[in-house]
Amino acid sequence: MMSFTTKAYIRWTVLAISLAVFLLAALASLAFGKASISLAEVWGALVHFDPESTEHIIVRTSRLTRTLVAITIGASLAVAGTLMQALTRNPMAAPDLFGVNAGALFFIVFSATFFSVESLTNYMWIGFAGAFVASVFVYFLGSIGEDGLSPIRLVLAGAAISALFISFTQGMLVLDEQRMQSVLFWLSGSVAGRNMDMLLPVLPFVVISLIIAFLMGKPLNILMSGEDVAKNLGQNTLLLKLLAGAVIVLLAGGSVAIAGSIGFLGLVVPHIARGIAGPNYQWVLPLSGLLGATLLLLSDVAARLIIAPQEMPIGVMTALFGTPFFIYVARKGVKKSD
Amino acid sequence: MTDHFTIRNKSNAVSMQIHKRSLFILTGLALAVVAAFLVSLSAGSSYIPLGTVVQEVFGESEHAFVLNELRMPRVWLAVFVGAGLGVSGLILQGMIRNPLGSPDIVGVTGGASVGTVLFIVYLMGEVSIQWLPVASVTGAGLITVLIYLLSWKNGVTPMRLILVGIGVSALANAVVTMFMVSSESAVASKVYLWMTGSLYGANWQEVKIVAPVVVALVIVSLFFTGVVNVKQLGDDVARGMGVRVQFFRVILLALSVGLAGAAVAFAGGIAFVGLIAPHIARQVLERSFGILVLGSSLIGALIVLLADIIARTAFLPSDVPVGVFTAGIGAPFFIFLLYRNREGMSE
Repeated sequence: MMSFTTKAYIRWTVLAISLAVFLLAALASLAFGKASISLAEVWGALVHFDPESTEHIIVRTSRLTRTLVAITIGASLAVAGTLMQALTRNPMAAPDLFGVNAGALFFIVFSATFFSVESLTNYMWIGFAGAFVASVFVYFLGSIGEDGLSPIRLVLAGAAISALFISFTQGMLVLDEQRMQSVLFWLSGSVAGRNMDMLLPVLPFVVISLIIAFLMGKPLNILMSGEDVAKNLGQNTLLLKLLAGAVIVLLAGGSVAIAGSIGFLGLVVPHIARGIAGPNYQWVLPLSGLLGATLLLLSDVAARLIIAPQEMPIGVMTALFGTPFFIYVARKGVKKSD
Repeated sequence: MTDHFTIRNKSNAVSMQIHKRSLFILTGLALAVVAAFLVSLSAGSSYIPLGTVVQEVFGESEHAFVLNELRMPRVWLAVFVGAGLGVSGLILQGMIRNPLGSPDIVGVTGGASVGTVLFIVYLMGEVSIQWLPVASVTGAGLITVLIYLLSWKNGVTPMRLILVGIGVSALANAVVTMFMVSSESAVASKVYLWMTGSLYGANWQEVKIVAPVVVALVIVSLFFTGVVNVKQLGDDVARGMGVRVQFFRVILLALSVGLAGAAVAFAGGIAFVGLIAPHIARQVLERSFGILVLGSSLIGALIVLLADIIARTAFLPSDVPVGVFTAGIGAPFFIFLLYRNREGMSE
């Protein structure tokens, strides 16, 4: 029991440190940008808001929304990635790599181009639908035939699906040059210029999905010890998988509807979280949510500062740190079975 | 031996046998390319009847401007780009012994994109556009070296190479987006159109730059028929027969990169042509490298021509990038290959 308590102690410490880093990242996100605002001002804006002060207005309007969006999206993508890696037993699974993000994106741009859908609530539903179609397709490829495509092959199939959806999306955007300019930034993923009205309709879905995901930790642990074991212990594995699938679709689709396709977060964060917390999903899931939010906040701050006064799409930032990691995992190799 | 011909020059530098059947098929493909070429000239926002097109080609001049200045360069560019991509894919698939190889999947095209975008953003206007393919090929070459090094771990396995290629492509895309976002919007939209793979606005100057490169490299590839045929029996066999395997591997890779880079330079990432063309060629032709080179170049040209005809006419008056259609056919085909070959390839 001694080792257990030590482990638990370490875990709580790690969680506390992660939380502290997360809060610092959130503060940085409120403070840095085109106009640098001192932490005292940030604190003031949050605690006793003064409508006369420009700094306070910046913090309360654009920066605060932006920070909340980054937190929501970061946590969503990371948790979706963790669930995908667990369900497919594939260390290279992630919503963007398997084409789920691209599917959502394609459906949204398609409906905007051909059916003039404009409201964000509709984007959200269409994003869910797109993520759903792409997920079903990937799942189908993974289970077709005797034991479906091997992990690496599934990654390649995901790349092909993404290429297909992205190419169609690009085609539609070239048709409509005016829209392209405005969508281009959104396409490569961005949390800038979103307002609360865009976040609020998606938020309930994301929050409920996250809560369900966190509650899934224990059954997921059992499932990870083997499908047969789980069944013998009386677990309804099909139900669990369906539920996890639905959560992935809601989290990935919702994220794309707000922020476009932000890559690599869903791949990288689960690895870090598992590295810190071990194989216990009761810890891994919340931790990856926290780390995902932190990482996206930091990426966003970097995106604002790196070519100031202009802004880099945040998707570029995540790709810059994500691809070396992707290559590292690819080199480490993916076992064929398990 | 009446069912095949032998083509051989005095010094035996070029030496290959062609089965009669392959000869028929190659002739058929060539005729199909010519037919697609003519149809492509006649189709478009203003329809010019085929008969008129043929007359025009031989000198009449009612539609001279549309044909000579707008459609002709575009159609020629389609031919050379398709041929370049087809042969590039053929060499790559042979090299990594994996049917999934294709310059766009392995990441070669991604490097070419970075080179081209850097050129468009920083050098356009100061340096003659003639140098654009140099930038593309350099980018393609550098990224190929990078991918090869990154996938090295006691040797290179095809699957690792492809996975690393996917990663490096994503990185290249991020870099391209980075330059696009930080440049003026006019430049950005030009780059964007280019990236999707488009023959829109092709002109004679571009054709004159791309054509000699592609033709020269395809001809050079033919000289390696003997080596590659032996190499296909396995590197050990080839070594035993006195082939300098490493040396030829580098040369062949350079050819593949050169072809892909030149093809990408003006037409952008026309996806999956390099994947599909060699597969069709292997299905219908005998497995001699020289014949496959000719076949892949004809089939590649045919695919791009047909896709471009659809792209120009399906959504009139809009001109959809041709890459959208090649991806539409190519991505499902890629997944089919993944599925069909799921056994028996080394991971």
